[in-house]
Amino acid sequence: MSGEQGAMAGPGASASRRGGDPRAVLEEVRDAIPLRSGAGDDAVGGVVPALVAAPPDAAAVAKLLAVSARHGLTVVARGNGTKLDWGRPPRRCDLLVDTGALNRIEHASGDLVVRAEAGAGLAELDAVLARAGQRLVVDPVVPGSSLGGVVATGLSGPRRALYGPLRDLIIGMTVVRADGVTVRSGGAVVKNVAGYDLGKLHTGAFGTLGLITSVTLRLHPVPSAARHVWARTTDPATARGWILALLDSQTVPSAVEVDWPVEGPIWVQVLLEGAEDGIAARARDVADLLEGAEAAEEAPPGWGVLPGRAGDTLLKLTCAPPDLVAAVQTLRTATERAGVPVAVRGSAGAGVVHAAVPADADPVAVHGAVSAARAALPRGWLTVPRAGADLLAAGLDPWGEVPGLPLMRAVKDRFDPRNLLSPGRFVDGI
Amino acid sequence: MSAPVDPGTLVPQLRAICGDDGVITDIAQRRTYESDGLTYHAAVPGVVVLPTTTAQVAEVVRLCAAHGVPFVPRGSGTGLSGGALPRPDGVLIVTSRMRRILEVDIAARCAVVEPGVINLDVTRAAAPHGYYYAPDPSSQQVCSVGGNVAENSGGAHCLKHGFTVNHVLGLEIVTPRGEIVELGGKASEAPGYDLIGAFIGSEGTLGIATKITVRLLRAPEKVRTLLAAFPGMDDGGRAVSAIIAAGVLPSAIEMMDALAIEAAEAAVRCGYPSGAGAVLIVELDGPAADVDAQFEEVAALCRAAGAFELRSASDPDERARIWKGRKSAFAAVGRISPAYIVQDGVVPRTALPEVLARIAELSARSGIRVANVFHAGDGNLHPLVLFDDSLPGAAERAAEVSGAILDLCIEHGGSITGEHGVGVDKACHMPEMFTPEDLETMAWLRAAFDPDGIANPEKLLPTPRLCGERPGVRTGVHPLVASGKAELF
Repeated sequence: MSGEQGAMAGPGASASRRGGDPRAVLEEVRDAIPLRSGAGDDAVGGVVPALVAAPPDAAAVAKLLAVSARHGLTVVARGNGTKLDWGRPPRRCDLLVDTGALNRIEHASGDLVVRAEAGAGLAELDAVLARAGQRLVVDPVVPGSSLGGVVATGLSGPRRALYGPLRDLIIGMTVVRADGVTVRSGGAVVKNVAGYDLGKLHTGAFGTLGLITSVTLRLHPVPSAARHVWARTTDPATARGWILALLDSQTVPSAVEVDWPVEGPIWVQVLLEGAEDGIAARARDVADLLEGAEAAEEAPPGWGVLPGRAGDTLLKLTCAPPDLVAAVQTLRTATERAGVPVAVRGSAGAGVVHAAVPADADPVAVHGAVSAARAALPRGWLTVPRAGADLLAAGLDPWGEVPGLPLMRAVKDRFDPRNLLSPGRFVDGI
Repeated sequence: MSAPVDPGTLVPQLRAICGDDGVITDIAQRRTYESDGLTYHAAVPGVVVLPTTTAQVAEVVRLCAAHGVPFVPRGSGTGLSGGALPRPDGVLIVTSRMRRILEVDIAARCAVVEPGVINLDVTRAAAPHGYYYAPDPSSQQVCSVGGNVAENSGGAHCLKHGFTVNHVLGLEIVTPRGEIVELGGKASEAPGYDLIGAFIGSEGTLGIATKITVRLLRAPEKVRTLLAAFPGMDDGGRAVSAIIAAGVLPSAIEMMDALAIEAAEAAVRCGYPSGAGAVLIVELDGPAADVDAQFEEVAALCRAAGAFELRSASDPDERARIWKGRKSAFAAVGRISPAYIVQDGVVPRTALPEVLARIAELSARSGIRVANVFHAGDGNLHPLVLFDDSLPGAAERAAEVSGAILDLCIEHGGSITGEHGVGVDKACHMPEMFTPEDLETMAWLRAAFDPDGIANPEKLLPTPRLCGERPGVRTGVHPLVASGKAELF
């Protein structure tokens, strides 16, 4: 059987055996790369991979992809597997590449730069950097994430309000292309405009343009002091006023978060970081902008992680900060009408929040609520990064209408013309 | 698409699109566009158009695409890598008449501008509200936001606040096929690939930005600037390392060596401490208490590293006096040398002492003087290679030194350009930094946007015609002379 036929398999193809027997075609790399059959807990959005490979290093990843591409096998990468159920399920997954062994970390502390392999955990990275009083300002929104996982999903946390999203911290990237060739873009220095910044394209691309093997990032010093300040209100207009007042202040918050649970008041939460001498005064300035503010060195409950519980359907809402409260209200109105509870949490400062809907909610009702909210919001504002099989079966498009789609398709067609990389997981079936 | 035609034959249609006053055919007028800030590279454009609307840009590009005629986008023409070098067989699309600030939305902390808007005018529009636009290239009084998008411009304060790419929320672009595409907007993280991130810094090869939504930042509560004079470059370098190691993140750390100081003194009487082998300018911004605490720390670190004089500024006038010497440095070397080359390379900050020592060796060995002015905080060097262009062979020798400095940057794990871009000037250096496969992948992106290859051809990526059959292997000297527009740098 020809591998090319497999590559042509369209949407809805079954999860295996279109590209020849993956086990047979990968025989030539078996000595160098541990391979095993996929099992239920290897599933990517419910699709069980035919094979799971654990390449010992980046060179082995390249070798593996070169061989698998020759036979038209489809490939999905896995770091710590915390977001494999994000995006759409792949149309097919012949080979799951576990990047766990790619965990080297090279910390150039004097340059405030780190180069780390994709499989390195954010927590491990943090521990290494902390020894030099430095940090990667990427909040572990999903605890246990690998670096490659957060980059592939483009996931940023509270501190993005001041430091920018994850993509702003990436200065270089090494990627294995669909044809198994290893390529780099960017470099090891923060200031660099040589060539296209392809790392931007791979960030948040869900592995559809290449398999990320290492990332070089800019670091920041760990500030000497931090203070959390928060207040609660039941009035959305008050919450909006606080958020805008905070952003308009000169207190330079590292984060301005909103936590809007299913029931109860809205929390507006601020993180201040900086010199010990100034932190108390800044915390007072922030408290003056709120009513009934509380302050502590420790974060309030739920800080910096996704709303809801593991397995919940996850929505993502993005807009300009002044529009955020109204946009959340639009969403809540839609979910209330559908009889579905929704909990919202995220960066009011950046205008990016997540909303959680219980996994067991009626999929038809959730689909209806998302459609209603999308109809009432500008296009591109509401996506559904994590949706269960029932919800997808009910007809939900997790990505919604995407501006610029023809250009995105053109990019995909150049980078992965045979649709071998995470086929179908991204926007419009890319 | 038919075979390429002479762009002159498109003039009637171009006039119909842009109006009679929006098309320049006169040879003398076209010649005024023959180069950008890098005047060594010059070519008279076939036709120049000055559209005023996105629709006109799109129609012009569609006309070019239909006839296989290349086009080159140009903003204010202050670029320093020949990115806006015109083509005699092409149309030069100048955005300088698209100069409206469409919206300043303070609550959303952004502004929407046309590409020809001058960088500093964005800050001027936001300043009454207490906001500013952070990227501040030295040419900010004349350079355009569209040009900044094409070049991913930085500036002295990008050390803390980042580059253009970190401050653009949305783009409306005209693709090389003449389609108008909206990417992003006031809402961040639109679904799909980060095409904004890919487009910024693409040097006009992926299309033309016709509308730009930029982020505005709240002006800091306090700004303080420190000038520290050191006996030598090593001492200044130690101070920089100590500041970074202490966990301080200034908004800018700039350094000048004795020769650059001498030039600045001759040109603008900046009054830097006499006898200084190096001066360091450190600027801090943020909440007042933080700035004051960090200022004392930085001052102490400078003294510990051997600074013999410190000056501090906390109001705009005093700050301007400190910055005067630094900002005039490039133009000022004209006072001490008939001609010079401005180089732009980057090294990891920790490699600075080694690389500066190697540059000094190069200079001593070749007899070519090199003045050093640089963004020390991020390792971005701007060596000024001085020569007398009336002496035979001097330009070539200077170009050799300039090229050798780039080699040093690559050897130390840096970059061939930190902010001036690749353009036509460094396209042939790209293979020294990237493998053929890396470059092939970049070409894929280009082809996705521009399958016919008409958008700013022969810029950014090496071509056999430009660089020989083995692109990037320099077979002779690459003489470049940047002069005349130095005050724009």
